[in-house]
This record gives sequence, structure tokens and C-alpha cells, in this order.
Amino acid sequence: MTQQYATLTQRIITHALLIIGLIISIFPFYWMMVMASNTTSNVYHIPPQLILGGQLWVNISHVLQNIPFLQNFLNTVFVAAVVTMLVLFFCSIAGFTFAKFEFPGKNILFVILLGTIILPTGGALVASYVIQANLGWIGGFLPLIVPSAVTAFGIFWMRQMSLSSIHSELVDAAKIDGCGHLRLYWHVAVPALRPALGFLGLLTFIGTWNDYLWPLIVLTDPKIQTLQVALAQLFGVYNTDISMVMAGTLLSTVPLIIIFFLGVRQFIGNISAGALKF
Amino acid sequence: MSSISQVSVAPESKSASREVASKGQVRKYMPMYLSIAPYYIIFLVFGLFPILFSLYLAFQKWDGIGAMTFTGWNNFYFALTDPVFGQAIINTFEIWIISTIPMLAVALVLAFALNMRTRSKFMYQVCYFLPNITATVAITLIFSALFAEQFGLINLALTGLHLPGVNWLTDAWPMKWALALMVIWRWTGYNSLVYMAGLQSIPTDFYEAARIDGANTWNVFRYITIPLLRPVILFTVISSTLGGLSLFTEPQVLFGSSGGTGHEGLTMSLYQYGQAFTSFHYGYGAAIGWVISIILVICTFINWNVVQRTER
Repeated sequence: MTQQYATLTQRIITHALLIIGLIISIFPFYWMMVMASNTTSNVYHIPPQLILGGQLWVNISHVLQNIPFLQNFLNTVFVAAVVTMLVLFFCSIAGFTFAKFEFPGKNILFVILLGTIILPTGGALVASYVIQANLGWIGGFLPLIVPSAVTAFGIFWMRQMSLSSIHSELVDAAKIDGCGHLRLYWHVAVPALRPALGFLGLLTFIGTWNDYLWPLIVLTDPKIQTLQVALAQLFGVYNTDISMVMAGTLLSTVPLIIIFFLGVRQFIGNISAGALKF
Repeated sequence: MSSISQVSVAPESKSASREVASKGQVRKYMPMYLSIAPYYIIFLVFGLFPILFSLYLAFQKWDGIGAMTFTGWNNFYFALTDPVFGQAIINTFEIWIISTIPMLAVALVLAFALNMRTRSKFMYQVCYFLPNITATVAITLIFSALFAEQFGLINLALTGLHLPGVNWLTDAWPMKWALALMVIWRWTGYNSLVYMAGLQSIPTDFYEAARIDGANTWNVFRYITIPLLRPVILFTVISSTLGGLSLFTEPQVLFGSSGGTGHEGLTMSLYQYGQAFTSFHYGYGAAIGWVISIILVICTFINWNVVQRTER
């Protein structure tokens, strides 16, 4: 863009800024790995140890002894996977329907949907808990799964992507061939929406994996807790064994980073594109 | 967009343009309504109903076990005179100001700098975005180790430079700075990606024309880039306001429900959580939630007007 106009000084400053930003972004992850792979006394050593040690497996074993980590991990995977699949299905079929079909009240219903995105829901936290306690759901995974199974943002996203990715001629042709709504969705919409599904799926999975406040409130039994809630408990009680806490943190962060890197291309492009639509 | 009424038309639906009463039409549209229904049902049960119930709850006194007693405006009156809640509000705004302004400024500068490159731009974007996808709990734990008074890296670095160490987790303003730094670390990358998208939508002709007229980089930045970025800046300001004023996880993990020494790390959301789920004042918690929502709406409104109206 303006590259040919940048003076040498500007380019040096720009470069330095970018690299400083890079170091600041990455350093906490590196430091987490250092702490997780050293003993706690080494972590508190002066001068500080800045290289990776060899204690990783020892620390991990301590984690496994103190919290039902494997159970928490499986819980998190389960909740994140189920929510993601539900969101992908319900949001895509709804978005597809809003985009490619006409029916009475369609526009009003969609406007209402957009309106619900901006509703302030902070005060509803207590009420949601009370309602779901009365349903007998507290103590299971339902409070985490059912309310999050469809999102307005997801439907909005899928509608926009359906408008641009699905060819109406294909829909008409399939309809003439006698396809019902569900088959239309499965054979026409889903293949065309694959990148859109990838982005929404990644976003939903990461968001559910990282969710803290609501799981903290509804998951009171350590056996059904998700990773974030379990990790926070680890800190409160065992805050002297920082290398063990960091090993637990590492174990709960790495899977998500791997998944992130698998889908990052779609992520960055779509975040950029989505922002402009506001 | 194709309209299905062109493909298969039942004879009776031609005249019943508004009525959905005829059986043929209802059957025809049923799959569509079924496809979109799940969201509305879930929203009604888990979105709208809790909002209405919380409004009702805000006027009650309830500990979750016994009966609810109607207390009228007492909860709201108490909220407005509660010194701890007042401090929570002030803390939240202080943390929000010291985190949002540097974060958005740095994000804009980084976006501008990164936009001028073509090589390895993607790698930078990925690395800058990485802080945003990591779980807040995990990051808070890592930073708690960095901010530790005796052996945390940050204090060690400060003393190494012959500067005094800071009690990041027990002194009033350092606690707020610790929280602010975590927010800045987490969100600068995301906001710079958003700004980059905005920058890419500015036609290059503007820049070339300005260069030909002799503008230096600073003038280009000030008179072309920022005005044209205003909608995107509005988006980031409003998102940062809503997010920043709802700060919960970092203070809760670092300081617990009390907000640390002297309540200096207590945010509005943390106070609501503590009142409702730790002290079992469910009615009061609901009222606090409503006060917070009103504050958020007012702030969003102010943000909108300020950003929309600044003319250069």
C-alpha cells in the first residue's frame, strides 16, 4: 500500500513495534511451559530459570492426583462437541431457511432475531439459575447444552453465508426433483456451506471450551466440572505448587491451540470479513 | 432469491395472500417454520423468561431456600446507597478506562504497521490473535505467577533494572493495572485484526492523492485513515465498552468474590456474582444485574454519540 513511501527509519520502527508485539503475545505461553516443566522451587528461583526443565511428567502426575483431571477433560470435550454440533445443525438450517425461502412473517421474525442479540442479559444470570434449578437440571450438563444449542449470531452468520454461497438454481432444481426441506438442506445447503460451518464450528467450540462464568455457577460437583472451573479450583487450594497448576493449565490449553491452528485460516479471514458488516 | 410460490402453487393459496389458515399453505410452510423455530423456543424459555423473572426477582428478598418476600424498591434503594457496590462501579470504570484506551490505540498502530507489510503478515496475525483464544482462566493463572510479589517475573525484571517492585496483587492501583494489563494483552490482537479489515477497505487512491499533495505519514494517518475508519472504531469502542464493563473472570480468579484487599479489584459483575451465589442474596443480585444493564445501555449510548459526532 504505502510501502514504497516508507523511509528506512519508519520501516525500522514499524518492524520493532511488530516484533515487540509478537514477543508480548507469545511470552506468557512460553513462560507457562517453563513453569510447567520445572519444579516449584525452581520456578521461584532467583535468578529466574528461563529455559524449559525436565519435570513436565512429574508435574502432570501431581495434577492427576489432585483433581479428576481426566474426567474434567472428557467433560469439556463432551460439552464443547455436543454444543458445537447442535449449533451447527440448528443455525445452518435456520439460516438456510431464512436465506433461500419465502414464508409469511419471515422479515419480521428475522428482525426480532437480530433484536435479541442486543438485549442486555446481565440481570438474567440469577434468574436463569433459579429456573434451571427448578427444572432439576443443576448438577448435570443440560444447563450448559440446551440454552446454548442455537444462537442468534450463528443464525445471522449462516443466513449471510447462505445468501452468498448457495445457488438458488440448485435449490429449485432439487425441489423440482421432489426433495423435501430436510433433504434440500442436507444435499444442497450443507456442501455449499462447508467453510461457513467450519468458521462457526471453530468459534463455538473454542467459546464453549473456554466458558467460565456459567459453568462455575451450575457445575458444583467436581466430577462433572469442565476444565476451566476445575483449574480455578486448583489455584485456590494448591497455590503453593505453582508448577503443578501450570502443568494443568498447559494440558487444558494445548488441545485448543492445536484445534485453533487447524482452522486458523478460516478464522482470521472471516473475523476480518465479519467486522465490516457492522 | 427464488420464491417457492412460483414453483408449486396450490389453487386455494392464490387468493389467500395474507391468511395462512388454509391447510395447503400451512403444510407448505411448515418445514420452514420448524427449521427456524428452535431458536425462538429456546430464546423464549432461556432468554426472555429469565429476563422477565429477574425483573420480578429484583423486587423480592430471597435466599434461595425459604419463601420470597416482597420488598418493593428496597433492593434498588440499597444498591444505590451500597458503598461496596459504589466502589465496584468506580473500580470497573477505572479499569475500563486504563485498559481500553491504550488497547485500542496500540491496536490501531499495530494494524497500520502490519497493513504496510505483505510478507509474513499472516504469521503476525495468528500470533496476535493467539491470546484471544486461550481460556481466560488459564491466562489469569499464568499472569498471577508473573505478577507475584516476591518471585514474579515482572517484579524481578523491575528490581533488575533498579526500579522498585510493585505489589501487583495487594495494592489498590497496581491491582487495577494488573487487571488492565491482562485485558490489554488479551484484546489488542483481536482489535488490530478488526482494524486491519477496516484499513483494507480504504481505497488506495486516497493515499496516493495525499502523497502526491505532499502529506507525510502522520498527516495521512490523521486526516484520511482515522476519519474513514470511524465506523470500525465505533464497533471496537462499543464492543470494548460492553466487554470491559462486564469484567468478571480475571478478578474472580485472582481475588475471589471479595475483590481482594480493600475490594480494590471488585468489578460490578463480580459483586453481582458474590451477592447472588456466595451470599445467597438472590433478589439483591437480580437488582444489581438490572442496574448494571442500565449502566451498560447508557454507556453504549454515550459511546455512539461521541464517536459518531467527532468531526475533524
